[in-house]
Amino acid sequence: MSAQEYAFVVLALVGVVAAVRVVTARNVVRAALYLVATLASVGATYLLLGAEFVGWVQILIYVGAIVILFLFGLMLTRAPIGREALDNPGRLLPALIGLAVLAGLVFLFQDAFAWGDPKVQLGHATTALVGESLFRRYVLPFEAVSFVLLAALIGAIVLSRKDDTR
Amino acid sequence: MIRLPLLLFFSAALFSIGVYGVLARRNGVLVLMSIELMLNAVNVNLVAFSQLWRDLAGQVFALFVIAVAAAEVGIGLAIILLIYRNRETININEVNLLKW
Repeated sequence: MSAQEYAFVVLALVGVVAAVRVVTARNVVRAALYLVATLASVGATYLLLGAEFVGWVQILIYVGAIVILFLFGLMLTRAPIGREALDNPGRLLPALIGLAVLAGLVFLFQDAFAWGDPKVQLGHATTALVGESLFRRYVLPFEAVSFVLLAALIGAIVLSRKDDTR
Repeated sequence: MIRLPLLLFFSAALFSIGVYGVLARRNGVLVLMSIELMLNAVNVNLVAFSQLWRDLAGQVFALFVIAVAAAEVGIGLAIILLIYRNRETININEVNLLKW
C-alpha cells in the first residue's frame, strides 16, 4: 500500500463513521455537523485523487453553503429531539435494505473490476483543463444547469414567501 | 496511487448508508441529508473513474451534480418549510394528502 492509499483509508473511515452518525444521531444539529465531516472527507478524497477543482468546489458549495441551508432549515422547523421523534419505529427493514444494497454493489464491482488491479493515479486535472472542458465542450449543459439553478432559487423564494393574500 | 476497488467500496458504503437514512428517518430535513449522502457517493465514483481513464467528462458532470444538488436542497427545504407552516410538523409519515 502506498502512502496515498493509507491517507485515503483514514479519510474514508472518518467519512463512513460520520455518515453512520448522520443517519443515527438523536440530535438534528449534531446530524448536520456530522454531515460536515462526511462532506469534508469526500472533498479531501477528491484533492487526494488530484481533482483539485472539484475538491475545492465540494468544500465551498457543500460545506460552506448547503450545510448552512440545512442548519437554517433545522432552525426554522422546530424538531423534537430523540430517537422516537426522528426515526421510524421499524429500523430493521431499512437496515436490511441498506445492507442488501451494499452487498449488491460490492458484488457487482468485485465482479466487474477483477481485471488487472486498476489503480487511480494522481491526476492531470488542473483547474485550467477542467475550465476549458467546461466552457468549450460542455458549455450548453453548463448554461442549462445554471438556468435550472436560477429556476430552483426563484421557486424556493416563491414557495417560502409569506403570502397574505392566500 | 489508490486501488480503484477501495474507492468504489467507499462510495458504495456512503450510498447504502444514505439508502438506510432515507428509509429510516422520519424528519424531512434528515431525509434530505441522507439524499445528499447518496449524491456524494455518485460523485466519488464519477471523479474516481474520471481520474482512472484520464477523461475530464466525469469531473464536469460531478460539478453538474453538485449544482443540481444545491437546487434540490433549496427547493426541498422550501417545501419542508411550507409543510411546517401549514401542518406544524415535518414528520413525513403524516404528510399523506396525496396518498391514495
